Amino acid sequence: MAPALRVCRGILKELRASIGPTYNKSLAYNYVMDQFRKNKITGERYCRAQQEAHHDSNTYLCLLGSTRTHLALHKLYHAKGECSQESAAAMVGLRLPEQPGGKGWEK
Amino acid sequence: MFRRLVRLQGPLGNILSPDKVCPRNQQLRCAVNYSSALGEKRRFYKDVSISQSEGGLYEVNLDRRKLKTPGGKLFTAPNEAMAIAVATEWDAQKDTLKYYTMHLTTLCNTALDNPTHRTKEQMISAALKFLETDTVCYRVDEPPSLVELQKNEWDPVLHWIENRYNVTIGSSSNILGPEIPKETKDTFRQHLKSYNFWSMTGLEFVITQLKSVVLAIGVIDRHLSVEQAVLLSRLEEEYQIKYWGNVEWAHDYESYELRARTAAGALFVHLSSESSTIKRKLMQN
Repeated sequence: MAPALRVCRGILKELRASIGPTYNKSLAYNYVMDQFRKNKITGERYCRAQQEAHHDSNTYLCLLGSTRTHLALHKLYHAKGECSQESAAAMVGLRLPEQPGGKGWEK
Repeated sequence: MFRRLVRLQGPLGNILSPDKVCPRNQQLRCAVNYSSALGEKRRFYKDVSISQSEGGLYEVNLDRRKLKTPGGKLFTAPNEAMAIAVATEWDAQKDTLKYYTMHLTTLCNTALDNPTHRTKEQMISAALKFLETDTVCYRVDEPPSLVELQKNEWDPVLHWIENRYNVTIGSSSNILGPEIPKETKDTFRQHLKSYNFWSMTGLEFVITQLKSVVLAIGVIDRHLSVEQAVLLSRLEEEYQIKYWGNVEWAHDYESYELRARTAAGALFVHLSSESSTIKRKLMQN
């Protein structure tokens, strides 16, 4: 698992990417920074709360990152809808036939 | 003089064809807004905030309106962290609302509404039944490199859970799967009873996503990270991808979706079952 600083920066980057320029005023930013500061210092050698918080922060980073990537992949591959007849034909290198006099039933 | 673009909206029966409405506008096409017909809602709020209500529950507010579940109930989160995470999901929506990216919201709605009226006992029984067809216990006979890979990757997790809970699970390569002894099931039943209803909802979700009880418990007990668990769950697929190649619009798409859902489920369980207190230690001079 990545060190805590990298996870923290990762979460902030994801928040900035998903919310926008106002991310450092958002609720999540304040809560995350608060939690990281609270769990930084511990007197124990093996602090379970710190380990749990570290795992949770990794999980949250994974959640933010993978939803964003999944959405981007969806938009890229699965969100175009149907293409027009011209582009469908162009996909295999063909063009639709032209009939200068019209097809006969058009007004 | 500005020519107003007519935006047509509403049920399909009322929509006039653009040609009839703006006949002289050949180049400028009217923007016909079909979004309500296609089921896509626009983002209708500007700010997302949370507020505390009685009983220590937290609500999410979209502008001035309180968020409600699909069942009509008021949306309440058990603690501040969950409410903030849900609020962030709503805040991350851009022009349209994409409900399939709001995993924590969906899980909270399921726990609040309980549309299929499931009890905790039913969920525990379903989880234990799943143990008989657990991914980690189902091994192949060939090709030998896959057998080796399964042994190297899945055996450590099995050993860990067998030691942690003092049970025997075992793996098998025949079609019937492993024989789970009754004591194992009883031990797990006792353990699962300690989770509350919300946590159990999340745990069942993680089990269904990872197709494995062992891996789900591994994530919840913080023995595995989400990425590791997803990798172990998709071990054979990753093996085939390394051999035959990766198809981004299928393999990566599913992988990231699985990661998102599993991470949401794990976070949901942890946020539902945590309680934090601050105990100040006296400074010793």
